[in-house]
Amino acid sequence: MNTQVIADQMNKDFVLAVEGLTVSFDGFKAVNDLSFYVDENEIRVIIGPNGAGKTTVLDLICGRTKATTGSIRFKDRELTTMKEHEIVRAGVGRKFQNPSIYEDLTVFENLEISYPKGRSVVGALTFRRDAAVKGRVHEVAETIFLADQLDQRAEYLSHGQKQWLEIGMLLIQDPELLMLDEPVAGMSVSERKKTAELLNTIIKDRSVIVIEHDMKFVEDIAHKVTVLHQGKILSEGSMAKVQADPKVIEVYLGH
Amino acid sequence: MTQSGRTFFLRPRDAIGIVILAVLLLVILPLALDNFRLQFVGKYLTYAFVALGLVLCWGYAGILSLGQGVFFGLGGYCMAMYLKLEASSVENTKIQSTPGIPDFMDWNQITSLPWFWEPFRSFGFTTLAVIVVPAIFAFIVGFAMFKRRVGGVYFAIITQALAAILTILIIGQQGYTGGINGITDLRTLHGWDIRTDSAKTVLYFVCVGLLLACILIAYFVKSSKLGRILVAMRDKEDRVRFSGYDVASFKVFVFCLAASLSAIGGAMFTLQVGFMSPSFVGIVPSIEMVIYTAVGGRLSILGAIYGTLLVNWAKTSFSESFPELWLFGLGGLFIAVVLLFPNGIAGLWQTYVAPRLGPLFSDKPKAAVRTAATPPASPSGPVAPAAAE
Ligand SMILES: Nc1ncnc2c1ncn2[C@@H]1O[C@H](COP(=O)(O)OP(=O)(O)OP(=O)(O)O)[C@@H](O)[C@H]1O
Ligand SMILES: [Mg+2]
Repeated sequence: MNTQVIADQMNKDFVLAVEGLTVSFDGFKAVNDLSFYVDENEIRVIIGPNGAGKTTVLDLICGRTKATTGSIRFKDRELTTMKEHEIVRAGVGRKFQNPSIYEDLTVFENLEISYPKGRSVVGALTFRRDAAVKGRVHEVAETIFLADQLDQRAEYLSHGQKQWLEIGMLLIQDPELLMLDEPVAGMSVSERKKTAELLNTIIKDRSVIVIEHDMKFVEDIAHKVTVLHQGKILSEGSMAKVQADPKVIEVYLGH
Repeated sequence: MTQSGRTFFLRPRDAIGIVILAVLLLVILPLALDNFRLQFVGKYLTYAFVALGLVLCWGYAGILSLGQGVFFGLGGYCMAMYLKLEASSVENTKIQSTPGIPDFMDWNQITSLPWFWEPFRSFGFTTLAVIVVPAIFAFIVGFAMFKRRVGGVYFAIITQALAAILTILIIGQQGYTGGINGITDLRTLHGWDIRTDSAKTVLYFVCVGLLLACILIAYFVKSSKLGRILVAMRDKEDRVRFSGYDVASFKVFVFCLAASLSAIGGAMFTLQVGFMSPSFVGIVPSIEMVIYTAVGGRLSILGAIYGTLLVNWAKTSFSESFPELWLFGLGGLFIAVVLLFPNGIAGLWQTYVAPRLGPLFSDKPKAAVRTAATPPASPSGPVAPAAAE
């Protein structure tokens, strides 16, 4: 395979190199011999019909699902053999499809737990809420429009605010690779606009993989688009190229 | 816990609560009750150590253990072994065929002290063993389970099985453990006769002192970031994992801590009551201890102490008049608490009493009401049901 050879030569330049990735659930291949490469500071959007395997790809990268075969290299570290928390500590952050926040804790505490310090048992027992922590939490809260909600229990936030909070929880980790699963799903028009604005500020200086169905949103942010279908890549390239691809129109955009 | 952060781990409200409890246990009850009744309270308080551990393990971390009697028993047996050896001096046991070993060993034709009894001649070793042996046992169980992501109901059933197994083991190995009767006829600690009324009063105060110390430890853990991680894990385990935490190690930690706390209670039980037997290890006592915690409020450190005292007080008064009805009463109480007051006495206090006492005692009313209305983290499935897809 030509791309493979080129990729191997240029490996160092890629933040993420996924090669020959396959996962099979009881014989059903949700992801099938998938290869793609994400550059430094690139914003990659993955689109595709329901059940195409988009979420599964993120699950594989962050270690939630173990690959059947294939390799995932992140800055030359093999992720497929690492534990979830090690992958996070290596610099991969992931937002779930449904807002996943701690409802019983305040916004401040939600962000504080995500602050990348004191992650061992002893570290957590002796963790001090010092000026650096508070400063960083306030800074992130400002970015995610929740600065005046810091003492609010997270369960009282609106759906959109919960999504922002989870994005904030990733932001405070400062990951080199950020993966977002449908960040604007279920949002009102105004929330959606604000989220696009938010994403545009946080994607600077890092690589981002976004799964999204909202085409307008994809057009706004994507550097490159990967279209998945039945666990395989149907098409890949710029938004314009993908949108013009007859195969993509047939299985996805045409609907 | 506001963003302003606290430099001290106790909120004023917690400190007041601890002082009130201390005054009740150290001054009011000793003055109000005769020796006989005070010894009952002392016995109840040994279960409060278990309830305290369950607040951290079950209430905060959402890990329901139905086998805490195992740890209570391990602590109690460690202490009983030491006391039994002291009571079995050659002098005291000269009528036995092998003098110098515990009487039940002699009855079972054992002719020399088993190796694992040997270190319990030392009080220092015994004290250490009371805390460390149950923790090691909890570590092995916890590590094996939590690393494999066994949780929720499955974990509860396994702990229950452990309680059953340990009971059977103790009963079966009569020669080494004293069997169904347990280890009885304990007399002195370092030559100090623990059977006298004055010794029992002293031991009561020691027990209260240790309990207060353990309460402070529990508050320290609760108010640390680790305490908040436990709550976060209970809610969204996957989110915690994907924030860079090794979830299993936190579960192992809190399970071990709860085990050690229970064991201190067990050791104090042996000292105050003067024996230890398998009837405190098995399934029934383990479940009773969960009920104390539920009645007091599984999210409240102090609530669990009051819950233990109240349920046991009810048990004693009830059993005096209608012994056969007690288990039904206890079962009914548990169902009532689970259905009507999921946060137990502490929840009622937070909802109805504390708000009237002013801001020092209550959360923002909105949060308090909501807390009382949501039963948190019932045991969940084997794999975390995080909201992720
Ligand atoms: N753990 C699993 N066990 C079995 N099958 C699974 C598992 N996870 C995902 N699948 C299946 O794999 C396929 C891909 O699922 P995935 O969630 O990745 O799709 P998706 O592209 O994210 O879809 P959507 O747009 O609906 O979110 C689906 O058919 C799904 O049922
Ligand atoms: Mg999906």
